[in-house]
Amino acid sequence: MLHGLPGVDRVGAEQRAAMLGTRSIKTTAKAEAIDLAIRMVDLTTLEGADTPGKVRALCAKARRPEADCPPVAAVCVYPAMVPAAAEALRGSGVHLASVATAFPSGQAPLEVKLADTRAAVAAGADEIDMVISRGAFLAGRYDLVHDEIVAVKEACGDAHLKVILETGELGDYDNVRRASWLAMDAGADFIKTSTGKVPSAATPPVTLIMLEAVRDWFAQTGRRIGVKPAGGIRTSKDAIKYLVMVNETAGPEWLTPDLFRFGASTLLNDLLMQRAKLRTGHYSGPDYVTLD
Amino acid sequence: MFEYAPAPESRSIVDLAPSYGLFIDGEFAAPADGGVFKTVNPATEEVLSEVSVAGPADVDRAVAAARRAFAGWSALPGAARAKYLYRIARIVQERSRELAVLESLDNGKPIREARDVDLPLVAAHFFYYAGWADKLAYAGYGTTPLGVVGQVIPWNFPLLMLAWKIAPALATGNTVVLKPAETTPLSALFFADVCRQAELPPGVVNIVTGAGDTGRTLVEHPDVNKVAFTGSTEVGRQIARSVAGTGKRVTLELGGKAANIVFDDAPIDQAVEGIVNGIFFNQGHVCCAGSRLLVQENVYDEVLDSLKRRMAQLRVGDPLDKNTDIGAINSSVQLERVRALAAVGEQEGERWSPPCELPGQGFWFAPTIFTGVSQTHRIAREEVFGPVLAVLTFRTPAEAVEKANNTPYGLSAGIWSEKGSRILAVADKLRAGVVWANTFNRFDPASPFGGYKESGYGREGGRHGLEAYLA
Repeated sequence: MLHGLPGVDRVGAEQRAAMLGTRSIKTTAKAEAIDLAIRMVDLTTLEGADTPGKVRALCAKARRPEADCPPVAAVCVYPAMVPAAAEALRGSGVHLASVATAFPSGQAPLEVKLADTRAAVAAGADEIDMVISRGAFLAGRYDLVHDEIVAVKEACGDAHLKVILETGELGDYDNVRRASWLAMDAGADFIKTSTGKVPSAATPPVTLIMLEAVRDWFAQTGRRIGVKPAGGIRTSKDAIKYLVMVNETAGPEWLTPDLFRFGASTLLNDLLMQRAKLRTGHYSGPDYVTLD
Repeated sequence: MFEYAPAPESRSIVDLAPSYGLFIDGEFAAPADGGVFKTVNPATEEVLSEVSVAGPADVDRAVAAARRAFAGWSALPGAARAKYLYRIARIVQERSRELAVLESLDNGKPIREARDVDLPLVAAHFFYYAGWADKLAYAGYGTTPLGVVGQVIPWNFPLLMLAWKIAPALATGNTVVLKPAETTPLSALFFADVCRQAELPPGVVNIVTGAGDTGRTLVEHPDVNKVAFTGSTEVGRQIARSVAGTGKRVTLELGGKAANIVFDDAPIDQAVEGIVNGIFFNQGHVCCAGSRLLVQENVYDEVLDSLKRRMAQLRVGDPLDKNTDIGAINSSVQLERVRALAAVGEQEGERWSPPCELPGQGFWFAPTIFTGVSQTHRIAREEVFGPVLAVLTFRTPAEAVEKANNTPYGLSAGIWSEKGSRILAVADKLRAGVVWANTFNRFDPASPFGGYKESGYGREGGRHGLEAYLA
């Protein structure tokens, strides 16, 4: 099935993504887009140096980024940090996402990946960001990748499953499309571009192709799958370009935190600064947003 | 729903005079018999400015000025001519926002296209031919210029067509009298100012405005050595007739009815973009527009559904809004022509347009496709020169080639397939001057452009483009 998908012409896809990046989003449209983008942020910290204290600070930011500001969609942490985050987010409505399945490489036995997933869910994560086995995918062992996703989905129970394709390691856009279909077929609730741990993370063309995939999947199955670009999206301007792409590719139905997320850490502060600028008419400067 | 707030480009950057004279011998001058006409913004029908009508006496003065300038200009070393062309290219870049807004105002095209396509290509063309000016000996067409060149250009890409004409003519040492289209004279008049700013010697470039009569006077002027024309096949025929036997050299770039062929192994999403870009770019006012879509039958439904979904997203409206995809039809005359052919199409095939609200003022036509069209239908044979696409199907590559070539035109064609061998085999059989593979309406100054059959003769662009201006 995967090799029967229409190919992707690299030049054309990049041209389309670039064209959508020229849309000019101003005034009221910009204000709405910024608030929507804030509500779509998966505020992320995935460092070896993370501590419960650091995670609690991030959760406080997630619940109320600033006065009169909607909360972000979720906080995204390593499994070991889930208990602290669960505690800090209790009752806030902010989702708790945990990476799992031997993030970021995915190079571990399946039992370890499943145990990783179950532990995160048991500790309070209601969203799991898994990685696919890129090695198996590139070797053409699609069935193995598929079965792993199915198994992880089962281990998730009620938790939502985001499948990280790590597009920077897939080689070309045809593979991005194939991996997207593979993940959706195996039961993904979201498809996500990247771990943020390899040099090439989310790019507009990759996200475009994934948005086309969820659009086509919906046309075939009636099921809407979410998309999450992650890594490298740092400015409001970039975030708005992604929203334009969602709007004009998958369609406005996808413009909700239930179906589109930004995996980001520094993006939120830029969104807050732009938000303040639109409200007050001037830049207050980086000292007026919190570094968490 | 994500509504984009209006994002209009400011028009204050363009300083329009209430009236313009003719640019002859480095000066703006009133026409001898004082004739004027108005040029309007096709998006609003607002009068932009009054422009002079060049009569026979004016054309005579312009040709004489070009003749006087020819001796000095052609005697300059190529590197010295290049210096002026580089200067013009840089000034165009510096003034590109102003020129883009002006082009959008006078033509009706979206500012996004004027800004991202027209103006960068204008500058690129001057840069490109500036590079050739001192290397003519290596081009293989001799180094002797022809003399005074009479050039008549259309309204679809006013400044870009001017660049296509003037850049190679000047690089090769010719001098120019150019007549812009009646409905879009302003950017050529602003270009005259660019020439002055670049300190181009007087008379090397002369701009005479007016309608068909002015063009005819220029083309038939006995002291013009070469005629270059871009426009309709009908006028091209008249020109060919009028210069027959005079010894004048002619190049003609005329109409087209390009086939855009989508095979079942095409990258469908990009093909749909290419179809949209092929026919709706510049409101379909493109001689090489992909106005006949040929889709392989086994992917017809998939392609059509995607195309309709994509067309529903096209943003039709204020050309100066940076988010507009489709602007205004250039003139009421053209709008009538598009409407008339669409009415014919309606009797032949099934008409479809996405729901879109057209502005009340100005000249507007919704993007339209006709399905169920056959080769025999007029909508599949005649050039509409508007945002109207005829959709046909085919079963085999041989049938695709046969249908694509079954037209009196032969300017361009497109092939969509992920299979390299198929692209090469089909491209080889298509009788069209330009064949695009997995893209459409892509232009580059280094690539020659021109037609087969009734799409004209001669090539513009690239090394080949020098031939038309050298003896």
